Amino acid sequence: MRFYRALLHAYPASFRAEYGEEMCAVFARRSRGLRNPLLVLLLWLETLFDVLFNAAMVHLDILRQDLRYTARTLARSRGFTITAISVAAIGIGASTAAFTMLDHVLIRPFPYARQDRLVKLYEDHSFSAGRMGTRWDMSPANYRDWKRLSTSFDGLAMYRGLSVNLIAERDPQQIEGASVTFDMFPVLGVKPMLGRAFTAEDDRDTAPGTLLLSYGLWQSMFAGDPSVLGRKVKVDGMPTTIVGVMPRSFYFPRREAQLWTPTRFSPRHFEDRTDTWVYAIGRLKPGVSLQTAQTELSTIAGQLQHAYPKELAHVGATVVRLRDDGISAAGRVMLTALFGAALCVLLIACTNIANLLIARAMVRRKELAVRAAMGAGSERLVRQMLTESLILALLGGTIGLWLAKSALPLLAKLVPDSMPIAEIPSMDFRVLLFALLVTCATGIGFGVIPALRACRGGDSNDLRDSARSGGGRRERLRSTLVIAEVAGSVVLLVSCGLFLRALWRVQAIDPGFRSDNILTLRTALPLPKYQQRAAREQFYARVLAEARQLPGVKDAAYISFLPIAMGGGVWPVEVKGQPQDLTARQTASLRFVTPGFFSIMSIPLLTGRDVSESDTFNNQFVALVSQSFVRKYWPNQNPLGQQFNFGNFDRVVVGVVGDVHVRGLERTSEPQVYLPYKQHDQVSPWYAPKDLVVRGPENTQALAPALRRIIREADPEQPVSDVRMLSDIVEADTTWRRVQVSLLGAFAASAFLLAAIGIHGLLAFAVSYRTREIGVRLALGAQSADILRMVLRDGLLLAAIGIVIGMPLAYAASVKLQGLLAGVQPSDPLTLLSAAGLCIFMTLAGSLAPALRAVRIDPSTAIRSD
Amino acid sequence: MRATLPDPHSLLPLPAATFHILMAVADEDRHGYAIIQDVAARTNGELKLSAGTLYRSIQRMLEQGLLLETGDRPAPEDDDERRRYYRITPYGATVARAEARRLTQLVKLARESGFAPGRA
Repeated sequence: MRFYRALLHAYPASFRAEYGEEMCAVFARRSRGLRNPLLVLLLWLETLFDVLFNAAMVHLDILRQDLRYTARTLARSRGFTITAISVAAIGIGASTAAFTMLDHVLIRPFPYARQDRLVKLYEDHSFSAGRMGTRWDMSPANYRDWKRLSTSFDGLAMYRGLSVNLIAERDPQQIEGASVTFDMFPVLGVKPMLGRAFTAEDDRDTAPGTLLLSYGLWQSMFAGDPSVLGRKVKVDGMPTTIVGVMPRSFYFPRREAQLWTPTRFSPRHFEDRTDTWVYAIGRLKPGVSLQTAQTELSTIAGQLQHAYPKELAHVGATVVRLRDDGISAAGRVMLTALFGAALCVLLIACTNIANLLIARAMVRRKELAVRAAMGAGSERLVRQMLTESLILALLGGTIGLWLAKSALPLLAKLVPDSMPIAEIPSMDFRVLLFALLVTCATGIGFGVIPALRACRGGDSNDLRDSARSGGGRRERLRSTLVIAEVAGSVVLLVSCGLFLRALWRVQAIDPGFRSDNILTLRTALPLPKYQQRAAREQFYARVLAEARQLPGVKDAAYISFLPIAMGGGVWPVEVKGQPQDLTARQTASLRFVTPGFFSIMSIPLLTGRDVSESDTFNNQFVALVSQSFVRKYWPNQNPLGQQFNFGNFDRVVVGVVGDVHVRGLERTSEPQVYLPYKQHDQVSPWYAPKDLVVRGPENTQALAPALRRIIREADPEQPVSDVRMLSDIVEADTTWRRVQVSLLGAFAASAFLLAAIGIHGLLAFAVSYRTREIGVRLALGAQSADILRMVLRDGLLLAAIGIVIGMPLAYAASVKLQGLLAGVQPSDPLTLLSAAGLCIFMTLAGSLAPALRAVRIDPSTAIRSD
Repeated sequence: MRATLPDPHSLLPLPAATFHILMAVADEDRHGYAIIQDVAARTNGELKLSAGTLYRSIQRMLEQGLLLETGDRPAPEDDDERRRYYRITPYGATVARAEARRLTQLVKLARESGFAPGRA
């Protein structure tokens, strides 16, 4: 019988209280005298089914009643319903969107097997006064020796980025990809979905060309044709066979990579240990920690230092988890900040809804008291109000989910291109689960308190009382909630304000050149077709001459890489007469240019001359250097005529130009050296001029088709890529900041709006609550201005307390974000004052309507009421 | 309790359990177990109401105004204080009659179609 009683707990408490005893009696009668164990078992089985089925039906009946009742009551107070649903939608939408991003970038696995065992290896060049960093690409010889000597890895493979000219079905196209050693795919633990991966045979120096396609390229260029395997294409002019297609979800090493070719080392690649251009990926053996691998590689690097003291002085090793490699520490802080902001908004939203429901519960005290007096148990009332809250939260959650989905493309701009993950995150079931949890937590959170409160207060006093009494404690709770909302808004407003100031500061930085009306495009000349100097020079001469003939074009020039678009490309500097300190190896960025580049870019020529067509390979090797280069090597001396070794030759300075932010507006750049394009041989072909800059009329963009035609006529197999305005490149440098500001701005605006709604709600309720008191005051001679002041003072007091609490919190949050603030101080007075001012404005705006309503109260009606 | 009772036909067709319970309390007030026994006896043991079905039906019938709980109890020696007695309301009787009419009509139609014995 005890078991049967326990079973009855499946029924709602009210049902149990009503019929439990009788049901026990019925069960006792039925089980009396049953001896046969089979019959006893049958009875229990039947009873179990009976209880479970009927309990579910009773619950369903109650739910149906509650839903009907909820629909009626919510429809009656439409204003409340709409406010509560929108507030929940904003909170849930913001937090879901932020979680999706966080999940996408930080939690979601890479498309590789057992990715927690994957590490990336770098040379550590940090000996150089902190300038060179701990993560440096490595030389093939070092890669070979690390691989040979280390025991921590199941496999070690290398890759390097690649940009090739691919000719298949249609026009030549410039495609991004990577060159990998054959063991890269086993190390990553990924197999092609079609065809085969590379083998050791493919890596042989003399093997025929082979190629793996990405799923995306297979679809776009070959329409997903499975017979693509074995097809011959041309990669940088060389006949190559397609041997496989990688799975759809596979990205490596960056999102843009669309094809993979084998790496073919020749003996000369292993000659120079300072020529670093490959990256290594390793898979840790089971049981080997990151720390063990790091220690082992540091030891190996130390051994190599001894063996090659000149080239490898102080070159160490760095091992990082692949997962931690793609996203910078700043990016991590930013995403976390975003998530914090979203949680803040969710919290404010919940606070607001709780406040709305408490106010509503106070208004409905009488109705609930009547229902309690008529015999509705407290469980039924709590359940009813919980249903109401959950319905509000679910509706809000549905709209919030839709909001989040619409916001994702904007948020996706925050994902760094360098991460091998899809561009736009998709909402998967984990995110949906999170949204559901947030929704329900919100529902229960703001449902339980008002419901319990209503039941505890639901005694007979409520039947007698008017809506005036018993407000003190509740009013205090509601005021506290509003203060929390204001404090939360202050934190978000201050953070957003600081980011905005940082954005302005960065945008105000002079890049060192003028970017207006300059069209740029890239023609990367493939090898071996353009191995000969004459072939290259002929191409440049023809394209530049014809481009200059186009109507409106002022001038055109070529450079190795555009500033900001490409930050790397540095070379060690040796200055005659200055001892070369190996522990502080100096570098400068190296660019080859054609004459006229500086005037097109408005980079000032401070002294000397520009490079000229007569600076050929057979004449003296010359260089133009930037101002900071002169300051560093020849302070207070005439730089013209000075010599230094750079790019494998001694070069004479013939001119000095202004400094340029090569690495972007926010990063320190190395001093710059510009060399004449005709003196390029015997420096890596990578540095060959490839970016065309054209200064044109107002509408420079319109020149693109004409330029493409010129290039097609010069070489029909030459692809054109990266057609962009230079101003777009500069602007793109601050994109993540602008996105960040707009996102935080959106969160701050939501918080701001929610807090205003909160203050308005509280005061509106307080005014209607105190109608009689205000009436008495007016009757006793108080002026409208006094009443106005009284209501506004209440609101401002809440705001003031909120601001006082919020400011230190905001400061603490900003200190954590300091790395992202581009030098703006967390205590920036303008930002703090603006945030406080906005909060006061918000309070006044929120208080105005209730204050005016208080002023319009008619004393005689107010006193007569009740 | 409802202020105005809905049209009896709006409750039709009645669930089988509901109709049987109405018949069981048609001529005298009964407690729950007595209803179960009465239904079983009327149907020659073919329908044995379970406790869950019975009390869930009773709860709904009370809300619908088909039954009421009565305070009249039998002599103490025949009584058990845990028992509660139920009586049919006039509205319950009207609804039961409407259901009986509906069923008669149905049987008549079935006969005309040759599905049931008796006169066509």
